[in-house]
Amino acid sequence: MSSTSAVLQERSTEPGAPVLVVDDLRTQIHTPRGDVQAVDGISFTLGRGETLGIVGESGSGKSVLGRTIMGLYTTGPTMTITGRVLIAGKDVHALSTTALRDLWGGDVGMVFQDPMTALNPVKKVGVHLTESLRKHRGMNRAQAAAHAAELLNLVGIPEPRRRLDQYPHELSGGMRQRVVIAMALANEPALLIADEPTTALDVTVQKQILDLLERLQDELGMAIMLISHNLGVVAGRADRVAVMYAGRVAETADAATLFDVPHHPYTEALLEAIPRLHQPPHVRLAAIDGAPPNMIAPPVGCRFAPRCRYAQPDCTAAPPVLDAALVRGVADPRHSFACYHPVNAGGQ
Amino acid sequence: MGRTLLKRAGELAAVLLIVSFGTFMLVSLLPNDPAVVILGEGREPAEYAAVREDLGLDDPLPVRYVDWLGSAVTGDLGESVVPPYSDVLDRVAAALPVSVELAVLGLGMALVFSIPLAMWSAYRAGGRADRIISASAFGVLSVPSFLAGLLVIMVFANQLGWFPRAQWVRISDSLGDNLYHAFLPALVIALAETALFTRILRNDLITTLQEDFILAAKAKGMSARHILLSDALRPSSFSMVTLLGISLGRLIGSTVIVEYLFALPGMGSLVIGAANTGDFTMVQGAVLVIAVIYVLTNLLIDLSYGVLDPRIRRAHV
Repeated sequence: MSSTSAVLQERSTEPGAPVLVVDDLRTQIHTPRGDVQAVDGISFTLGRGETLGIVGESGSGKSVLGRTIMGLYTTGPTMTITGRVLIAGKDVHALSTTALRDLWGGDVGMVFQDPMTALNPVKKVGVHLTESLRKHRGMNRAQAAAHAAELLNLVGIPEPRRRLDQYPHELSGGMRQRVVIAMALANEPALLIADEPTTALDVTVQKQILDLLERLQDELGMAIMLISHNLGVVAGRADRVAVMYAGRVAETADAATLFDVPHHPYTEALLEAIPRLHQPPHVRLAAIDGAPPNMIAPPVGCRFAPRCRYAQPDCTAAPPVLDAALVRGVADPRHSFACYHPVNAGGQ
Repeated sequence: MGRTLLKRAGELAAVLLIVSFGTFMLVSLLPNDPAVVILGEGREPAEYAAVREDLGLDDPLPVRYVDWLGSAVTGDLGESVVPPYSDVLDRVAAALPVSVELAVLGLGMALVFSIPLAMWSAYRAGGRADRIISASAFGVLSVPSFLAGLLVIMVFANQLGWFPRAQWVRISDSLGDNLYHAFLPALVIALAETALFTRILRNDLITTLQEDFILAAKAKGMSARHILLSDALRPSSFSMVTLLGISLGRLIGSTVIVEYLFALPGMGSLVIGAANTGDFTMVQGAVLVIAVIYVLTNLLIDLSYGVLDPRIRRAHV
């Protein structure tokens, strides 16, 4: 796929080997009503200490992407996966079951959306942490308990010793999400996949959790894949952002560039839909009309075309490829978009 | 927790009162006149009247009930009204261990069979093993227990000769012998219960396995075995535990068919025998004991929910 080359070029510019390489990844989910191409040819790399924000509406394939990268989704009766994922140099979809279990919770950790459901209600907080430590690090009961307390301390939970003996329902939502993060970080993974880590939380707690992730990234040097439907969550937290639409990357760039000079009409529309403080009160918030396409039979050309205010006849003929943006006539390898009629095209 | 127990005990007392009244009223449902049962037919009406008087049957109902309940509470369930006029409590005390052992063994076996089967089924729901297990469960459930009992006797006792077919050895005489003799009847009881437990647990496991915390455990690198045993089983076991309590109470009084097939001296045989001879004190006493056990068992089951789910523990306080 020619579109991947522009993105993959980055690999050479990264210091050291990237933590995560995703190459033309496709996830096809077989449903009784037909096949859904949930992830449709996605490629990117992520280096140590780097944060990639994945942004898109519900149903854009963000979560499926995260789980496919993790290897939680594998080719089987219900889905087909093609392409390649390398985490810390390991080809995730070629690993044996045992090797995958060493990878999960070892090289890669995952933070889930809803801390109310991500913890087992009948298990104490301590057990959630120690079972992983004992599996991956061969610690004994006492060592694991001591380390679990340190982990709770690390994620900013006061009185960690007492918390270890409590059940999840005895903790607040924010505390629970801290436990979920501690669980994901137990073995200092090289990569953390955070799937909507703050969506189920209050706004003030959201900020605390995002600050926590940022601090932990500085301390542990891991790469973070931050999945969110909320551009506001990703803004200021991600080094780079990929905007997903209907299983594909519509646009990807350094965070600052993407917010300043979006080229894809979808990115532009998403940015307009963010409520801002300086907006006059009682003004209708911009919204994107329509809904994401039916993924069993997606539009032939650009998948955003039916909802796009700039759509032209050529948009529906063939899908646009993800190509590098031109800055003063020179291709910017860090900024690419898939659109025939980009916005802000001459605006640099 | 203390208050919970107190509240439960109050409810229990109320339930037991109602149950005991129902048991007491059973006698009036028996077709024969107790006096006729005791004396036989063809006596003078005055003689019957004397017996009724003696038994206190002419007293008003509430008086008779309170009298009976008072004795029952002190452990006096009266005497059988037919020869050999044995003490009801003694007869119940002899029959009850047999029924309890059969029920406990049968349910124990059912758990041992059904938990792994349900896990296997649920882990690959819709797969071949699941389909075979589900079909077998329906098959077993549709076989009446007398037929299952006859088949088990034919295969294991008559054909293979691995186990004895009838006879009961008391635990106090020899534990090994007792288990050896109890195995086949317990197996017959276990068959249907296994099928039931497997169905219930499988369905609950499938629901639990779709929970986020299962995915989270998987994402931590936990093995399928660990996830099934340590993460999924406990939150999935509520329906099965409820069913277990109901089954235990039910089986103690209703293993008649199995007791009959294996000629075992359990509660079922006792009650049926007494009912057939019009031995109303025996029926009353036995049914009351069964009812008390049933109620107590279900209290235990209720309390076990708190052990299974810490959230319930707090909700009660």
